Amino acid sequence: MNLTRDRVVSPILFAIASFSITALFVIGVFIFVEGLPVMLRVGVWKFIGSSEWLPLEGKFGILAMIVGSITVAVGTLVVAVPLGVGCAVYLSEFASKRAVAIIKPSIELLFAIPSVVYGFIGVLFIVPFMREHFGGDGHGFNIVTASFVLGIMVLPVIVGISVDALQAVPKVYRDGSLALGATQWQTTTMVTLKAARSGILAGVILGMANAIGETMAVIMVVGNAVVMPNSPLDSVRTLTGNIALEMGYATGDHRQALFATGVVLLVMIMMLNTLTRYVTRKRVARQ
Amino acid sequence: MDKSYPLQTRNLNLYYRKFHALKDVTMSVEARTITAIIGPSGCGKSTLVRCFNRMNDTILGARVEGRILVEGRDIYAPDTDLTQLRKTAGMVFQHPTPFPLSIFDNVAYGPRVHGESRPEELNGIVEQSLQSVHLWDELKDRLHEPALDLSPEQQQRLCIARLAAVRPRIILMDEPCSALDPIATSHIEELMEELVRDYTILIVTHNMAQAARVSKNTAFMLLGELVEYGETARIFQAPKDNRTKEYIGGRYG
Ligand SMILES: Nc1ncnc2c1ncn2[C@@H]1O[C@H](COP(=O)(O)OP(=O)(O)OP(=O)(O)O)[C@@H](O)[C@H]1O
Ligand SMILES: [Mg+2]
Repeated sequence: MNLTRDRVVSPILFAIASFSITALFVIGVFIFVEGLPVMLRVGVWKFIGSSEWLPLEGKFGILAMIVGSITVAVGTLVVAVPLGVGCAVYLSEFASKRAVAIIKPSIELLFAIPSVVYGFIGVLFIVPFMREHFGGDGHGFNIVTASFVLGIMVLPVIVGISVDALQAVPKVYRDGSLALGATQWQTTTMVTLKAARSGILAGVILGMANAIGETMAVIMVVGNAVVMPNSPLDSVRTLTGNIALEMGYATGDHRQALFATGVVLLVMIMMLNTLTRYVTRKRVARQ
Repeated sequence: MDKSYPLQTRNLNLYYRKFHALKDVTMSVEARTITAIIGPSGCGKSTLVRCFNRMNDTILGARVEGRILVEGRDIYAPDTDLTQLRKTAGMVFQHPTPFPLSIFDNVAYGPRVHGESRPEELNGIVEQSLQSVHLWDELKDRLHEPALDLSPEQQQRLCIARLAAVRPRIILMDEPCSALDPIATSHIEELMEELVRDYTILIVTHNMAQAARVSKNTAFMLLGELVEYGETARIFQAPKDNRTKEYIGGRYG
């Protein structure tokens, strides 16, 4: 009876699993097929090594946008890591049950807000604030603004994963430390955070991947100028932003170059994914 | 020399919310001896030893009534320095629990949290502490390897060394051998017999043979009550209380 059921269920589950893998495969192949030819024609190094993006003149160099994506992602982490890890430490180690019951769902709710709303709030409040108080070439539409907006957006990812990592630390470590006369704070910084660090790092990398992949909110606040930034107050364009902004009217090589932008994006995300896997695998091996 | 009693309780009652876990426990632990606490599972042995370094403070809903004196001082007096208390009365747990740090950092942990940062001092303390548990020769070339790679017995020794590094005068042990095989257990027992020259040791054990082997005094607990307390030989050979007799005769689990 159970055996027959297994015989039916298992192929169905297999089919479902295959479907997701196939979808991933098809997307990957599609992007590569569409994007690679132009990349090869221009030359891979020229494509990712030049910052001249003049699609109408047939000049496709996306370095400025790679730099744009990376600076925004790094800026995002500068905002989100201290906030997110600090928040996670508070929730997991110090907060009362009642505080956790209020704060944790609120942070999770941040995740449910559509990214266009983040962008909107960025444009309404952060952009003018930056323009008035810091100025700069981007007139408020700049890397710092985008980092703040994205920093708040990826907060739930970092907090969620960090809280899980901290709570997975066995109580015996904390007890062992407290029993040696350490304070709660010493216990947290010297034992608990160290024991949880690979999990927290995985959360940070995932947050970074999210930041690189985010499109709408970034377009709205980052200014989208295709230039190499000289200062955090400069406007930049990200890889995702480039695709979203130009896909509507691009044709021919230009269109293919956008797919090629997608290839680069895909490779970057894959690298971050591999990094996460590597970081978490080390944690499993240690225990 | 007069006997002194560094661990004492007076009419100690402990509640986990409504559950009455320790009932009117009054006992005094003799200095520089090994005192064993025996009793069936759930009778409150761990709860009692955890009272002496206030580890029950970390449990939500635990409430203490009565007095607990460590080296004559009431540890619930308002001016109690918790850090100082836990330096005086250290604890070894049931499962060996080195931190996920290197061997060196495990032993240096205590001194570091108490403000010692001079490398040569720390080196000295680590060496001395590992010597005291006979790990130094084995591990002196591996000090920077992860402590979690050690065998269970080495890990438990390391935990004792980690404790020795903060120079306590009292060691509380909660079933320190229950995760170890018989050979490792006998090694730890030998170690305890050496340590008792310098420390007062209070040990919880499920293993009555162990209590009989190592301890000078034995306390028998049942359902949160201290039923009988006295010299180990006397408790095992001529228990006064019927319940002790039945437990030692093998009637309770
Ligand atoms: N954190 C807690 N909250 C509520 N009840 C608890 C808690 N810890 C222990 N108890 C209860 O208190 C009683 C005594 O527990 P304790 O751990 O001290 O027993 P023990 O004698 O050490 O048992 P064992 O031999 O199994 O370790 C048990 O009935 C247990 O269920
Ligand atoms: Mg116990």
